[in-house]
Amino acid sequence: MTRTGTRTLSEHESKRLLAGAGVPVLDEHVVDTPDDAVHAARSLGPDAPVVVKLCGEGVAHKTERGLVRLGVRGDDDVRAASQAVLDAATPDDGPVGVLVAPMVRGSRELIAGVVRDPQFGACVMVGIGGVLAEAIADVAFRLVPLERVDAEDMIDDLGAQALFGPVRGEPPVDRGALVDVMLALSRLAEGRPDVVSVDVNPLVVVEGRPVAVDGLVEVGG
Amino acid sequence: MTGPSAEQWRALFEPRGVVVAGASTHPGKFGFVALHNILRHDFPGAVFATNREGGDILGRRALATVDELPEGAVDLVFVCTPATANPELLKSCAAKGVRAAFVTSAGYGEAGDEGREAERALVELANELGMLLAGPNGQGVVSTPASLCAQIVAPYPPPGGIAIVSQSGNFVSSFQNYAVQTGVGVSRAVSAGNAAAVTVPDFLEYFSEDRETAVALAYVEGISDGRAFFERIRGVTRRKPLVLLKGGVTTGGQRAAASHTGALASDDRIFDGMCRQAGATRPATVEEAFEAAATFATQPLPRGPRVAVLTTAGGWGVVTADAVARAGLQLLRLPDDLRAAIDDKLPPRWSRNNPVDLAGAETRDTIPEVMELIASHDAVDALVYLGIGIQSNQARLMRTGPFYPDHGLERIVAYHERQDERFARAAADISDATRKPILTATELAVADPDNAGPRAVRATGRVCYASSNRAVTALAHLYRYARFRQRRGL
Repeated sequence: MTRTGTRTLSEHESKRLLAGAGVPVLDEHVVDTPDDAVHAARSLGPDAPVVVKLCGEGVAHKTERGLVRLGVRGDDDVRAASQAVLDAATPDDGPVGVLVAPMVRGSRELIAGVVRDPQFGACVMVGIGGVLAEAIADVAFRLVPLERVDAEDMIDDLGAQALFGPVRGEPPVDRGALVDVMLALSRLAEGRPDVVSVDVNPLVVVEGRPVAVDGLVEVGG
Repeated sequence: MTGPSAEQWRALFEPRGVVVAGASTHPGKFGFVALHNILRHDFPGAVFATNREGGDILGRRALATVDELPEGAVDLVFVCTPATANPELLKSCAAKGVRAAFVTSAGYGEAGDEGREAERALVELANELGMLLAGPNGQGVVSTPASLCAQIVAPYPPPGGIAIVSQSGNFVSSFQNYAVQTGVGVSRAVSAGNAAAVTVPDFLEYFSEDRETAVALAYVEGISDGRAFFERIRGVTRRKPLVLLKGGVTTGGQRAAASHTGALASDDRIFDGMCRQAGATRPATVEEAFEAAATFATQPLPRGPRVAVLTTAGGWGVVTADAVARAGLQLLRLPDDLRAAIDDKLPPRWSRNNPVDLAGAETRDTIPEVMELIASHDAVDALVYLGIGIQSNQARLMRTGPFYPDHGLERIVAYHERQDERFARAAADISDATRKPILTATELAVADPDNAGPRAVRATGRVCYASSNRAVTALAHLYRYARFRQRRGL
């Protein structure tokens, strides 16, 4: 899934870049073997449910290909899930590893990203995320650099305002924290001209605060 | 890049004299029509025409060339000559002190490589001559403070605060037609044509500093440098509202997208975000564009989103309440003290909530009094008034029927029309006094524009909206601009 002259970083590399820019990410580990995955899962908390994913620069469409295993718990299941996603890898995926991350709960999934528009240059996007993000298409764009007030306006532009209030026993979205994510993306786009695009989806709202659960950064050659 | 100088702008919009180059004796030709329109609308300065064969056009002797012009009498040349003649024409004009050219001639950037080269050369020449170059391939320029109607199309609008620039000459006419219809007038109007030298942002920056202009209204299709465009219109909206209608947003924009974000980044969404970030008002349609501009030009900005609806037409009140919510405004809950104050004016069958539906309970002075109560209340940011003209509509039926003026009809007809006129004036006066927008809407504005209600609204200089949803749409544009300014401390 790379265009001429660009390449996508692996999920793990993408998130390290995002974390460095100030986007909240999970404490996650990339390992080579199912046994290492078991150790990684233990380190996240005894008997805590984890997510196991195949991770690599060439890996795309993880959900569609069954390369994401959610709510995996216990050594045996972590080992089995890790083996399964490794077995499902194809030569096109290139070098791969297993990503083990804590399982977070949040019924609201947002999306945030960066594109470089041929006419207006770098733009930041925010919207309603998840696997249906493109079909829902409830998003707002602004040109980089964003000011805080621009990011606040963007949230107000979205149609699904009810999602930002209290939902299903979860607290309202911390708008300030979401604004911080957008400003971080704006700074990243400004400071890294080689970053062609950023896709943070889902940006899951955990206890009201957005966390990048998946991320994809495309960089220029 | 610097735009035209103040002196050049004056030459275009406030010329002391005008020459139509390539004036024609044939009333179907642009060169005739342009001269006709300038004279028809009583341009007070000197008007000259040139025609290679000389002769008389519209009762005045055409000069064979601009070399015959008196020195310094003319600031603006309106060019209707073929493209090939124009370089020599501009040089001769410059020698006579002409500082601005509006070029209608085609055969430039729109006409292939050769045309593009001719256009580039013309721009370079104009720069050398210190001459503002508008167009080419444009329809003309209107400036009501100068009584200037230098265009090859109709109409000439009433004077007012809207300044228009368009990449499509046709929309200059359309917006001016709406100005004629609504009575909300125009300061300057210009068709940018190919915008070879003076561009849409150049015009917008001029409008933003022009004392005759309250609001800028622009139609654009292509934008060559999006970033620069954004920065420049952001400067415009710091000073004045800008209504920006964009054509062609649904074409193109297909991206090879590796990401959700990329797939969602359509031209339209990015343009929309750019407008919001710049504080530009983006209407969906041509009529919405004009009505937004006309509302900016004639109503104060609302301080907040809370809207009250005052109606004598029940159903209209209900759908207006729906429209308010859909437009991102708030239908305010009627405060207790306001409800009590209205109770004092009306028998109990009124709605006792917002919309304030008088339900036929009004007497002679009820509407102005209740309107003033509502508009004066701190909880109210804006008011939409519905039901004007209903009685005058009945009056028209009476006046045109066989029983008029007997049976007391003459008196009641006059009363109804006087009342609707009062209500229209009250809406304007109370809006001025409270500095809150009060928008009046009725379908009679188009169904029967001569009805005393809409006619009186127009006489106050404001729009009589053809439906309440159109009034609400315009009000929402004002609110968003007001909010944009408030949030940025402007």
